[in-house]
Amino acid sequence: MSLSHDQIRRIARLARIAIRPEESEAALERLNRVLGLIDEMRAVDTSGIEPMAHPLEAHLPGGQRLRPDQVVEPGQPQIYQSVAPAVEDGLYLVPKVVE
Amino acid sequence: MLNATLSELSAALAARKLSSVELTQLCLERIAQLNGELNAFITVDAARSLSDARRADARRAKGEAGPLTGIPIAHKDIFCTRDLLTTCGSRMLANFVSPYDAHVIEQFDRAGAVLLGKCNMDEFAMGSSSETSHFGPVRNPWGRRLVPGGSSGGAAAAVAARMAPAATGTDTGGSIRQPAALSGICGLKPTYGVVSRYGMVAFASSLDQGGPLAKSAADLAAMMNVMAGFDARDSTSLERPKEDYGRSLNRDLRGLRIGLPREYFGDGIDPGVRNAVEEATRWFESQGARGVQIELPHTKLAVPVYYVIAPAEASSNLSRFDGVRYGHRAKEYSDLTDMYCRTRAEGFGAEVKLRILVGTYVLSHGYYDAYYLQAQKIRRLIARDFAAAFERCDVIMGPTSPGTAFELGAKSDDPVQMYLGDIFTVPAPLAGLPALSVPCGFDGKGLPVGLQLMGSYFSEAALLGIAHRYQQATDWHLRVPNDTPL
Amino acid sequence: MTGWEIVVGLETHAQLATRSKMFSGAATAFGAPPNTQASAVDIALPGTLPVANAKAVEHAIRFGLAVKGQINRRSIFARKNYFYPDLPKGYQISQYELPIVAGGEVKFFVDGEERRVRLTRAHLEEDAGKLLHELSHGMTGVDLNRAGTPLLEIVSEPELRGAREAVAYARALHGLVMWIGICDGNMQEGSFRCDANVSVKRAGENKLGTRCEIKNLNSFRFMERAIEFEARRQIELLEEGGKVEQETRLYDAERDETRSMRTKEDAHDYRYFPDPDLLPLVLREEQIRKIETEMPELPDATRERFARQYALPAYDAGVLTASRAAAGYFEALVKAAGVDAKLCANWQTGALNAALNEADLPVSESKLSPASLAGLLKRIADGTLSGKMAKEVFDAMWAGEGGADEIIEKRGLRQISDSALIEKLVDDVLASNAKQVEDYRAGKEKAFNSLVGQVMKATKGKADPEQVNRVLRRKLSG
Repeated sequence: MSLSHDQIRRIARLARIAIRPEESEAALERLNRVLGLIDEMRAVDTSGIEPMAHPLEAHLPGGQRLRPDQVVEPGQPQIYQSVAPAVEDGLYLVPKVVE
Repeated sequence: MLNATLSELSAALAARKLSSVELTQLCLERIAQLNGELNAFITVDAARSLSDARRADARRAKGEAGPLTGIPIAHKDIFCTRDLLTTCGSRMLANFVSPYDAHVIEQFDRAGAVLLGKCNMDEFAMGSSSETSHFGPVRNPWGRRLVPGGSSGGAAAAVAARMAPAATGTDTGGSIRQPAALSGICGLKPTYGVVSRYGMVAFASSLDQGGPLAKSAADLAAMMNVMAGFDARDSTSLERPKEDYGRSLNRDLRGLRIGLPREYFGDGIDPGVRNAVEEATRWFESQGARGVQIELPHTKLAVPVYYVIAPAEASSNLSRFDGVRYGHRAKEYSDLTDMYCRTRAEGFGAEVKLRILVGTYVLSHGYYDAYYLQAQKIRRLIARDFAAAFERCDVIMGPTSPGTAFELGAKSDDPVQMYLGDIFTVPAPLAGLPALSVPCGFDGKGLPVGLQLMGSYFSEAALLGIAHRYQQATDWHLRVPNDTPL
Repeated sequence: MTGWEIVVGLETHAQLATRSKMFSGAATAFGAPPNTQASAVDIALPGTLPVANAKAVEHAIRFGLAVKGQINRRSIFARKNYFYPDLPKGYQISQYELPIVAGGEVKFFVDGEERRVRLTRAHLEEDAGKLLHELSHGMTGVDLNRAGTPLLEIVSEPELRGAREAVAYARALHGLVMWIGICDGNMQEGSFRCDANVSVKRAGENKLGTRCEIKNLNSFRFMERAIEFEARRQIELLEEGGKVEQETRLYDAERDETRSMRTKEDAHDYRYFPDPDLLPLVLREEQIRKIETEMPELPDATRERFARQYALPAYDAGVLTASRAAAGYFEALVKAAGVDAKLCANWQTGALNAALNEADLPVSESKLSPASLAGLLKRIADGTLSGKMAKEVFDAMWAGEGGADEIIEKRGLRQISDSALIEKLVDDVLASNAKQVEDYRAGKEKAFNSLVGQVMKATKGKADPEQVNRVLRRKLSG
């Protein structure tokens, strides 16, 4: 299956990745090659096969391990925000969000 | 001393023939001498390493040293380290200092190991050549124009060039085993859940697993004794009794059933690789092991399945890199969406963006069933292939990679060419199985070939034992690359 | 609006009462300074991983049992992918195809009439952070304290008919989640908030109309007005020959209207897939049984029992089971007072509730404990206090002046029921008021009232007026 420029724009938008017009052709070509590769598995008859989302499913029939309800992780805004691009008064700053 | 195994170094430190500070100095000098050309390390902080070394020497003086106390270990730059950059090979995290240490880093710290530096890698571990790093490609100690494999190529090159006695890596579709093979060293991907993923920057969560790269199987075992262990912060970390990964090193090979998958010895494999691997399996047979022809019929589908599942998970895992709380943020933008789009366009390299787009596509409305769900179904078929195979054999052997190290840029234009080289390494993580690679000879060009051993769940110690017996009889793993003589 | 039917479905987010977050060990307390309760996991630092909170899972099981839903022994956490600054990971961990609770129903009353609504599902998920828009330099601030707070999203079938029914259901649900202890129900703090899916159709039409979703209704009053406004808007639109567009709308309380939220073109492609960091959530039979045995009696059952056991009218039983605290108070009161349950019910639903409302206090923080109110009721039952005196004592007790007996003593409020004393006082009054006695015997009823007044005056109002009447009549007719 081969994607069009419109489709790749839509996907890039969903993924929040800007693609410059001059990159678009090369990106589309690479993407279509990969889709060509993964298309090989589409024809396989998998009727009746349960999807396997995780390799541990078979080993842990008891499912995921849960955590006791305890407060053990402090918020450390001074430390965590030391690596943030823009902060003020303990808040992360982003361009104005319009609701 | 730089060519010594971990147990030899441990013995020398214990006998006070060498201090950790001296050993660390040796490694740092070797890095200073070679890293400019090999580009195996992104970050080296000599002062920090030497301070670790002094602490290790003090600990030893108090009689509290363990097997890895005082031994310098290099870490793939995917493991978060406090006070030291963690870049994941990306511009996105080029200036990122993690506020916390990964579980694996904590484990080595507890063991008293010295943090030698952070190794270069394919950006966000996406690649099989270590060429996609924002910090430039890693070069193979066996030939400067060659790639070391990837994505843990920096770690592999560091060990192969004897800059580090051992290193950590991560393996999602072969990122430990393939660079180990292409760089002539050993690497182990453990059973999923044995090594905590906490603090390991996520690529594909259901596949990612940390593991060691080292010069020998015995060294891998020593590394695993430190790396493995339960961690409550990773809900997929397994609560298992502590095990000694070196307990089976003297395993008897007689009666061992070696599964030889037809699909791993067919067309598309370099003759040089095939010869070396077949010679290795013949050696095992000469020691009383028995070769069993087996089939892993879905092998060919493993690459397409992997390149659906891994990008799907990655597309979601990498959404957190949005320029808000850490990492790169674009300087110019018109609004919030534009800030996201430019930040991510600038922060990620081409391969990462390609995989995010593939992953977004296969999860998107109308394509989920045809791609993602179909891949998860075939994933089960692949796991069943292995389950059936392990009814008939104790270990599966074959090549780690269909070829040896290739030239930089040789596969850069066509992602599919690069991906197809992962054919023998992606099946084990899809099933969650342990697998390792050990050197088993050279091809016609004098480049190292890797022999892959795959076992059933939690069979790491057995795999290491089988590999160790092989290494007692051969010296492939002791060869030092021509380009980086000691 | 005649000729139209309004159809409402509610999606309710109940914040689960836990100390720590859904997937991290950070605190969930409300009102902390920005980002001081956002852990490494909550701000989605690279390499961090979610581990689910066992208590939140237990709360979801409690809810499933309370609404008699199907508790799925295996459910799946999925990722809902979208970019927004209040969503640090770029995805919300929620449940999609396999929720922890499927089905169930909630009973509620509209004008004393019982109704039921079926539930589609209830699933666990994490909350997002908060955006602060009023920053001076035109930027938006992000506070991630709320990010990762555990929520149970409870989805009703679209079968509520109109705003009043929707609100009645929401109130019943609100009462239920607090009753079973899984949510503090604090709507101001956002612990319980609803989205309403509203559509209209011509009466008798089977097919549902196009629906609009009204987001974040955090008071019952606003919910009622928002649904009413939205239904009216849709009806007017359709009557004018227009078409309802499926969209998300916000209720503006100041203007009392709903308005369209800017639509995001990709809002509907969330790319749900099972979270690869989390294995399936598997529940063990014995775990569910254990929670079942620890469940409190549910409000419906308590209401029915109150009506039966205490012979109370349905209305009283309903008011007394408005919350588990109220019901608990009532049973403690009956036990401590040892008097007629109806008297207890009257005083709790009357004076006590009025005082609580006045002081804006929940019954759990009542200034009068069941034991102290019981002290008052005993003095009513034994005739010490008249109803009027009792109200005076109640007010004094509420004002903190002490216990019932103490106040009765201090204020000398004891009702005189000593019949010998009353007989003597009546005799005294009759003896010294010969004229009135004569007038009464001549048929002047007014004179009788004057005599009663004289006796009451002599007792300083502490005699039972009925008793005085009785004695006077006897003596006058004798």
